[in-house]
Amino acid sequence: MQIPTTNETPQANPDLGEVVLAARNVAKSFGAVRALRGVNFDVHRGQVTTLFGENGAGKSTLMKILSGVQLPTSGELILDGEPVVIQSASEARDLGISIIHQELSLAPNMTVRDNIFMGREIVGPMGVDYAEEERQARALMRELEEDVDPLTRVEDLRLGQQQIVEIARALSVNSRILIMDEPTSALSASEVEVLFKVIRDLKARGVSIVYISHHLEEALTITDHAVVLRDGAMTAYAPRAEIDLEWIVRNMVGENFNLGQPPQGYAMGAPALELENLTVPVATGHGNAVDALDLSVKAGEILCIYGLMGAGRTEMMECVAGRLSASGGTVKLHGQNIDGLSIAARISAGLVLVPEDRQRDGLVPTMTVGRNLSLASIAKFTRGLFTNRADEAAIIDRSIREVTVKTDGPHAPIGSLSGGNQQKVVIGKMLATHPSVVLLDEPSRGIDIGAKAEVFRILAEHAKQGMAVIYTTSEVSECLSIAHRIIVMRRGRIAAEFTHDTTKESIMAASGESLVA
Amino acid sequence: MSDTTPNAKDRNAQKDAGLNIVRLLMEGRAFFALIAIIAIFSVLSPNYFSVPNFLIMTSQVAIFGLLAIGMLLVILSGGIDLSVGSTLALCGVFAGFLMQGVEIASLGVILYLPVWAVVICTLALGAFVGVVNGVLVAWFKVPAFVATLGSLYVARGAALLMTNGLTFNNLSGREELGNTGFVWLGFNRLWGVPISIFVLAFVAVSAHLLLSRTPFGRWLYSTGGNTNAAELSGVPVKSVQIMVYVLSGISAAIAGMVLSSQLTSAGPTAGTTYELTAIAAVVVGGASLMGGRGTVQGTLLGAFVIVFLGAGLVITGVSSYWQTVFTGTVIVLAVMLNSVQYGGAGKRS
Repeated sequence: MQIPTTNETPQANPDLGEVVLAARNVAKSFGAVRALRGVNFDVHRGQVTTLFGENGAGKSTLMKILSGVQLPTSGELILDGEPVVIQSASEARDLGISIIHQELSLAPNMTVRDNIFMGREIVGPMGVDYAEEERQARALMRELEEDVDPLTRVEDLRLGQQQIVEIARALSVNSRILIMDEPTSALSASEVEVLFKVIRDLKARGVSIVYISHHLEEALTITDHAVVLRDGAMTAYAPRAEIDLEWIVRNMVGENFNLGQPPQGYAMGAPALELENLTVPVATGHGNAVDALDLSVKAGEILCIYGLMGAGRTEMMECVAGRLSASGGTVKLHGQNIDGLSIAARISAGLVLVPEDRQRDGLVPTMTVGRNLSLASIAKFTRGLFTNRADEAAIIDRSIREVTVKTDGPHAPIGSLSGGNQQKVVIGKMLATHPSVVLLDEPSRGIDIGAKAEVFRILAEHAKQGMAVIYTTSEVSECLSIAHRIIVMRRGRIAAEFTHDTTKESIMAASGESLVA
Repeated sequence: MSDTTPNAKDRNAQKDAGLNIVRLLMEGRAFFALIAIIAIFSVLSPNYFSVPNFLIMTSQVAIFGLLAIGMLLVILSGGIDLSVGSTLALCGVFAGFLMQGVEIASLGVILYLPVWAVVICTLALGAFVGVVNGVLVAWFKVPAFVATLGSLYVARGAALLMTNGLTFNNLSGREELGNTGFVWLGFNRLWGVPISIFVLAFVAVSAHLLLSRTPFGRWLYSTGGNTNAAELSGVPVKSVQIMVYVLSGISAAIAGMVLSSQLTSAGPTAGTTYELTAIAAVVVGGASLMGGRGTVQGTLLGAFVIVFLGAGLVITGVSSYWQTVFTGTVIVLAVMLNSVQYGGAGKRS
């Protein structure tokens, strides 16, 4: 496929040979909020067009318009040179446009086969033709190089495999245009490679792909065109050959950006958290998720734990926080053995966990921003039997300022915040308990680069004041930011340990993945 | 905004005012429904809008209101308590049983407890039913619907066994035994107002303070909103879950005593399907069955709406079959409006 090197600014009349689907002057308002302000967007035939942008930049809205979930307030869509109005997702599917959402939309109680053919079952004279469905499902899974029996129930699959099933479902309808919203967020490195191979195959078949990812490095390896959105407007548009990582980041946030340096100029204290021989069994099945792990973190130190999915990072953190029980080994906080303490007791002892999945484990969706922030420190504003409103308001105000939450105020519903600000609320809630050791499981997951930088800045500040910070990540660039020390986990063990002057390549090699090229 | 001319501002203000009226109507819907019910039935029947009728209706509200406040606590935690109707009957019968005197065969004496001891024993029985429900739900992970469905049967069966299906009719006690006063709860009036209404008011104010001002209230709302997040924030979610069933059992015990005192008899079949009325009052009052949303004020309004509607239909001579249809329609309508209200609130912008 030849990449055009001419000026790519979308023309009023899209080139029919090149552009299969075009958006012209598309705007969308929700009440007073203008999510999109007159965006032009081309989907190139048989190529990958990647949409970059921070949370709230309008990517999801644009994708919803392209896939018929929402109608634009103004502007038009042009499919094969003809203006079209796409009223619904099924209409979009009939036109050959499919979308794979970031949140999986599978029925976990049903088999892979039934999920792939959900809603468009193959019906024979004797009812549903299960044999034919199974044959096609098997062929699809083989094509995706995923060794999964179509009769397995989806709930028995790993998250990454479930994502592959979602992709198989989109492929099974013979889409011409496939929209992928963060398809790799739950995949392991090898699964990402398979996905990218599938994407290349699809391109060769003439399928056009719209790709969205927060994982910039990864997206750059697969994309042919880059489009950057900022605040609902398109800020930059270029073919792959003309751009690099810095160009994307610069256009996304409007300035040069880095995620910070390890804080320096202070002495680290005594070991704050020590794990000795810690072993955590796998929740379902045999073996150990964490296998006889030894680790010591000093007060004031920032430790980054890198590893693939299933390396045992989450299990290790949840065990230390008291959510999972260990089958062996001890956890010591400031020299004191804390085995057997409840989560609440560990929090009051100064050990807190910011969980990986903020929707599932972090936020209470029915409560306001303020009450979410104060949830972990209720005891701090309780006087006798009752809570004290003034004391609570003071704690909330300080938290909002400290972690810089952008909100209409403490009484705003938590759902009104963007993903990055929601994450700051979860972090702020735990920091409000004044912990001495804070564990953060993937604190940057699904938040934009501006929010990431702020989260890291907040952590670095607290480390300077003597807090021990341990965070996990699956993006190498985040290892080489504020961490003093980087540990690579692999199959429940520590595979390697680095200082912050190491290279991305050596970290990735130690984790068992190769650079996706 | 670039066009902040005075005109645009006025338009915006008007638009905001319009939105506010819609929001006010929406949020106060149970209150406005109650006003509408009172207004309509007052026009239809001259007997409806009178102090005696209001007092009678409010005595009925007391029973359902007590059950509904207990139910609210359980529903806020994300559970449900189907056993309250049976617990009410069991506790009523138990109180009646104690009032008859407990014969201790081995000592050859009949023990007549004073009324305050009867009350405490009965409350303890209600709490015990709650502990069983709560432990089943919190520790044994039995779905609340099933666990309390089981208690519904067991408690009803126990009440029937206790009396052999008969009813205790003599609850007034005897002067010489010093155990009079039980009927005071259902019959006496303070400043012309039945005692049961004071009981409801006391329970409602306590529950409101519990929910809005204590750490327990915050724990309860967060447990119902997202159990995982609450647990990771240090909330003792299992204790919260057990506690709400205990409080619900105690509320049912209070309601059971008030009811048997009002009727001056304690029957094992009392309170059948009252759990459904209590659930209805909670949802009409705007609480979410998913947990985490709801208030005591709303629940009380819900209880008033259901009782005042039913009483109005009786007074205007509508057949009891139609009453059932109307009540059902009101419940569905209320839940529908709940979905409209909460459906939009959780969405991200």
